[in-house]
Amino acid sequence: MSARPAVVDDRTAQAWRVLASVLDPEVPALSVVDLGIVREVSAGEGGALEVVLTPTYSGCPATEAIEADVAAALVAAGLGPVTLTQRLAPAWTTDWISDDGRRKLAAYGIAPPCTRASHAVVHVLARNVPCPRCQSVRTERLSAFGSTACKSMHRCLDCREPFEYFKAI
Amino acid sequence: MTASIRLQLTPDVRYVLRIADTCLVHAQRLAEWCGHAPVLEEDIALSNLGLDLLGQARALLTHASRLEGGGHGEDALAFLRDEHDYFNLTLVELPLRRGGADFADTQLRCFIVAAWLAPLWQDLSTSRDPELAAIAAKAAKETRYHLEHAADWVVRLGDGSDESARRMQAALVRAWPYVAELFDDDAVDAAAAASRLGPPASALREPWLASIRPVFADARLTPPADGAFRSHGRRGTHSEHMGYLLAEMQHLQRAFPGGVW
Repeated sequence: MSARPAVVDDRTAQAWRVLASVLDPEVPALSVVDLGIVREVSAGEGGALEVVLTPTYSGCPATEAIEADVAAALVAAGLGPVTLTQRLAPAWTTDWISDDGRRKLAAYGIAPPCTRASHAVVHVLARNVPCPRCQSVRTERLSAFGSTACKSMHRCLDCREPFEYFKAI
Repeated sequence: MTASIRLQLTPDVRYVLRIADTCLVHAQRLAEWCGHAPVLEEDIALSNLGLDLLGQARALLTHASRLEGGGHGEDALAFLRDEHDYFNLTLVELPLRRGGADFADTQLRCFIVAAWLAPLWQDLSTSRDPELAAIAAKAAKETRYHLEHAADWVVRLGDGSDESARRMQAALVRAWPYVAELFDDDAVDAAAAASRLGPPASALREPWLASIRPVFADARLTPPADGAFRSHGRRGTHSEHMGYLLAEMQHLQRAFPGGVW
């Protein structure tokens, strides 16, 4: 009996490592763990691994693809069977994107959220988002929505490059 | 042709469907701009707004289906109801790209509806129904961006060139007769308020006015006087445009029953 929790923990820890390599299909710089959408991993009843996911935007077209990718990766790593649960509350926020995730976003050319979601006054956010290439804050917003609802489009007035910004929400 | 479904329409189911259908039909009209908006950025923005609304509608339809208890599911609710079983605001079913309507009507409608949904989501986030509260708390964050974006356009066009100002004012005159419905209570609202499911429509009037007044002032827009006309989409009585919208929206599911992506 005493060895059992250790075995369970090992499976859960392995699952977190596997999930850290499952990428968001829309923003492939980030894993589902970086995004903060994996809320819980635990050993459930009947030997299934229970994974709780929180969707990002209500209309994100990647939600179902992400769920399928998560299940497939865990099963492929021999950690199945897997039970996925979608949890809406508390609602996902960009505050849950990890520090590592923010660095990866910037390296990928997408400016990470530059304010806490609770402080996100959208009018202020429209300006002065630091350029992910040259770090200048002399930037301007071109469009409130980018290639996906979670991003807006901006341009840097110093290096003149356009870039996307992951909006705080 | 697949037969339409029949629903057990309790007040709670009706209340949730009114919001779900408003999001669904609003999204359907916005989707008509895909590939046709005046500039690429706005084409993408309108599609993104539509996607958020569709996502909100899906969550609400799934929940309505659960409350209704007939096991129909979100797709059947979206595609297999008859016209009188849709309960959206009439405003969102009016054409956006025909009948004299244009891009000004589109942005004005997005603004009017977002300013109505924002306080609605806020109130619903403390609903006695935890699932509805969770859907609303999430949607509230998304709607904040919709409201800001549409408000920007209302001001840009209303306080823009003579031509853009004329068109935005004309859009306001076209939309205004349908605004009264946004705040028009009935027994479904009363039941929702009494059971703490959600706010009655009339409770949204003050917060709605508070968010539109400063924007209309900046946009130099003057709403016309209120008239006697009342639309009743929330009660299932629709405009002549709804049948055509549903024919297009439901076509695939009716032609290929049970088809899935």
